[in-house]
Amino acid sequence: MSAAKSPVLRVEHLSMRFGGLVAIDDLSFSAARGDITALIGPNGAGKTTVFNCITGFYKPTEGRIALAHGDGAIWDEVETLTDRGTRSFTRRGEALFLLERMPDFLVTQQARVARTFQNIRLFSGMTVFENMLVAQHNLLMVASGYTFLGVFAPRLYGRHEKTAVEKAKHWLEKTNLIDRADDPAGDLPYGAQRRLEIARAMCTDPVLLCLDEPAAGLNPRESHQLNDLLLSIRQDHATSILLIEHDMSVVMQISDHVVVLDYGVKISDGTPEAVRNDQKVIAAYLGVEDEEVAKVEAEVGL
Amino acid sequence: MAVAAPDTALRHEVRLNLARAGKDAAITAAISFALLLPLIGFKTVQNMRNELELETRFPLLLTIVAIITAARLFGLVVIEPWRERRALHPPAPNATLTAVKSAFANYFTPFAMGFVVVYPILILLVVPQGALKWIDNFGIQILIYVMLGWGLNIVVGLAGLLDLGYVAFYAVGAYSYALLAKAFGFSFWILLPMAGCLSAFWGILLGFPVLRLRGDYLAIVTLAFGEIIRLILINWVSFTNGYAGVSGIPRPTLLGIPFNASDEGFAATFGIEFSPVHRTLFLYYTILALAMLTAYVTVRLRQLPVGRAWEALREDEIACRSLGINTTNTKLTAFAMGAMFAGFAGSFFAARQGFISPESFTFLESATILSIVVLGGMGSQIGVAVAAVAMIGGTEIMRELDFLKYVFGNDFDPTQYRMLIFGFAMVLIMIWKPRGLVGTREPSAFLKERRTILGSFVKEGHG
Amino acid sequence: MEVFIQQLINGITLGSIYGLIAIGYTMVFGIIGMVNFAHGDVFMVSAFIGLIMLLILTTWLGMGSVALALFIVLIVSMVFTSLVNWTIERVAYRPLRGSFRLAPLISAIGMSIFLSNFVQVTQGPRNKAIPPLLRDVIVLMHGEYDVTISYRQLIIWAITAVLLAAFWYLVSRTSLGRAQRACEQDQRMAALVGVDVNRTISITFIIGAALAAVAGTMYLMYYGVVNFSDGFVPGIKAFTAAVLGGIGSLPGAVVGGILIGLIETMWSAYFSIDYKDVAAFAVLAITLIFLPQGLLGRPEVEKV
Repeated sequence: MSAAKSPVLRVEHLSMRFGGLVAIDDLSFSAARGDITALIGPNGAGKTTVFNCITGFYKPTEGRIALAHGDGAIWDEVETLTDRGTRSFTRRGEALFLLERMPDFLVTQQARVARTFQNIRLFSGMTVFENMLVAQHNLLMVASGYTFLGVFAPRLYGRHEKTAVEKAKHWLEKTNLIDRADDPAGDLPYGAQRRLEIARAMCTDPVLLCLDEPAAGLNPRESHQLNDLLLSIRQDHATSILLIEHDMSVVMQISDHVVVLDYGVKISDGTPEAVRNDQKVIAAYLGVEDEEVAKVEAEVGL
Repeated sequence: MAVAAPDTALRHEVRLNLARAGKDAAITAAISFALLLPLIGFKTVQNMRNELELETRFPLLLTIVAIITAARLFGLVVIEPWRERRALHPPAPNATLTAVKSAFANYFTPFAMGFVVVYPILILLVVPQGALKWIDNFGIQILIYVMLGWGLNIVVGLAGLLDLGYVAFYAVGAYSYALLAKAFGFSFWILLPMAGCLSAFWGILLGFPVLRLRGDYLAIVTLAFGEIIRLILINWVSFTNGYAGVSGIPRPTLLGIPFNASDEGFAATFGIEFSPVHRTLFLYYTILALAMLTAYVTVRLRQLPVGRAWEALREDEIACRSLGINTTNTKLTAFAMGAMFAGFAGSFFAARQGFISPESFTFLESATILSIVVLGGMGSQIGVAVAAVAMIGGTEIMRELDFLKYVFGNDFDPTQYRMLIFGFAMVLIMIWKPRGLVGTREPSAFLKERRTILGSFVKEGHG
Repeated sequence: MEVFIQQLINGITLGSIYGLIAIGYTMVFGIIGMVNFAHGDVFMVSAFIGLIMLLILTTWLGMGSVALALFIVLIVSMVFTSLVNWTIERVAYRPLRGSFRLAPLISAIGMSIFLSNFVQVTQGPRNKAIPPLLRDVIVLMHGEYDVTISYRQLIIWAITAVLLAAFWYLVSRTSLGRAQRACEQDQRMAALVGVDVNRTISITFIIGAALAAVAGTMYLMYYGVVNFSDGFVPGIKAFTAAVLGGIGSLPGAVVGGILIGLIETMWSAYFSIDYKDVAAFAVLAITLIFLPQGLLGRPEVEKV
């Protein structure tokens, strides 16, 4: 039962307004540790906006987004942390982060949240291998002594660089890209580019991996391979996954928990089976007869 | 009959093309006449009473219009059909030519480096009388711009930040050396790193507020800063001596041994006859060493995470941030490194000239250095070097064209046309090679083999 | 007090000239996203063309009526300058459209260098001065110092106001304006729905040049002195004005121009004349750092 699992991410009363436009309205949900949580909804529902808020690219108008490292006992500190006004709190191997207070790069660097993008953002002029090395920038910077060690003690740096290379090789093999490691990233076929983005994100050793439409443009065979990849990421690396997806074969087959958004409002939240049969969700995707619109709107709370 | 039909068709087509070309040439003639009529057709001169009068230069105008029209006609009637024929039937790849080309590409860099090292010796052997000019105005001048190009390459070519005010850091380096050397008498070798640090410091100071601007806005702000610094140099007379500049700057010495004709001088110490060439040679090898240092540091940094982050920044800044990279720091380091090398170059410049003034630090300098970097292409070191040789060498050569006096008469001063041709060349070069001379990028790390990346994949950066 | 009002009048006049040039910058930046570095030098060329036309009219044809002469000079300068700018766009910018962003910038800088040196080589490097025209003034206030507004200044104000209204109308109400705005938003889509993108861009350059020519003629009439190097600094100031007012906004360009003109005149009057250009550049830097969208522009939100 999901109730026994502690959450890794808790989004509470999140609202995002752009001038007069309300993109997200009072959204609350949580993603359990080790779960694959799917965020679905019709186009324009605000899903990518939620991602941007979680990963620090947008500053939410209201709300709290909290992430915990460790087994979850640290959740009892969340209110004190909120009141204190700081961004994070660590205690004996556990940590708690308030993501809405952190800039984007710190969300990745400290809170260990990685993401991919709806329109693939690779370093197209760099090779696949170089892309993987960039992802390990912070580790390598420290290893190179902020460059000084790299310049003056190249052999010591060389050893640290080897670990990074091994990790890159591991992920390239796992995503079946090892043969194209020295090709420019821009030269890869579409499906391979999507896999590279995931591999690159995993090189940052994330606690939470946010995937924005990872199956977009993939044929059924590739979607199936993606499912296997995500399941193994969850299994072998204890990374929780949050994904936005339209491809229901991916959502239904691998998610443990589904949250449905429509016009920035949560209209359903539960297991994939429960959501699939929810009338409100069906109405949002397929539409309803004109007579029923008012009734459904009242139910959903629009 | 079957033979005649294609022949008439061909003649008909040729006639059509000629008619079209003729019409096009007529339009070209009309437009160029109208364009050049006001400024070439008429000349404003001041007469005895200090009033303006007009003279006409219609023969010159008509000659120039005729030349332009003829050139256009030539292009339409000869060059275009030739190009079309070549596109339809590309010549078969010539094995020897391909072999020569690849040998050229492989051996160019070591050969070029060797040439640069022995260049002054060659000059001394070939033109012993005019050696000074060739080593100084060509060799040293070009090497200063190569170094500046390599410095700006870090900012523009690697990190993709558009900096139009690079000359400001050059000026900071030059003036720091000049003023500190005159005030405290430190040696060149101590002040060189100091000037570099000061420039780097200014780089961080100036960079901090502006680095969150994107693309063209960053370019304009850096241009504004460059101009502000130049105007301050002109107007803060008590500190910088304004337009008059700073003179009497101490020359660099070889560990304290000056390069003059005195008894402590270089020539006397080493028991050879004094010649001004000694100092020039010393300066040449100093700037060569400095430039090589810039290149080495750049190559080394590209292989380290900081350099890789610069290139990733150029490719996609948002992706960088999503990987946990603090892009503000990355931009600042690029800016500071570029500024530092400009500072080194500036202090060398001041030491070599003995005199500096704000005139040397105009926007035109920033534009020139930027053009060198863009013409080089893809952040390539060798590309920037070749571009610097072409641009600076080209403009310096124009000073040597005295033989043209015989053609156009003694009043003709080729140096006047230097900048005119320079501007025109900038436009032409960009149209010919918009992404620069070098069209490929070499990866800084590889798993199995190093494969060159086509320029079409490499982004130019949005600042 | 009198000094203040006089400087106010002078500042608005100078600012109107900057504003007219700024419209050219803002329109070109709006439609092809490029800072036309050569625009300041096009302004300078137009002043020279105006000078030559004026000399033809006064010394050769002996025209007596200053108003008529100025009118003819204005029209002729507008025609020739438009041709110049049209040619520059065709030759130096169109081949580079859609490619690398740096290439058109370098090309524009090269064009700017070419234009100023062209004028230097063909007309000589010295200042070219004409005897002042229309010296009449109206005295507004008497005091320790008479506050005057000259006919020249009034003409500049009037022409700027008329042109601003005319082009504002052009951009917001006519099909050309719609085509321009379409090209600004999405060039490829505009082409797909039938907008002649090349023609629209050419017309934009021509409009910018015509306005620069008006500014050049006003400049010639107001100051009476032109020099080949007069393109760079006014060009930068006009671009500052465009940025200050909000790049892409026509009224913003004029508002920005007037603000810059006022800052420059007030600074020279009350502080030091040496640093007046520094004031303009500093305003540019501060505006870009703290208010990149300008006074009348819309903030850009980047899509992640």
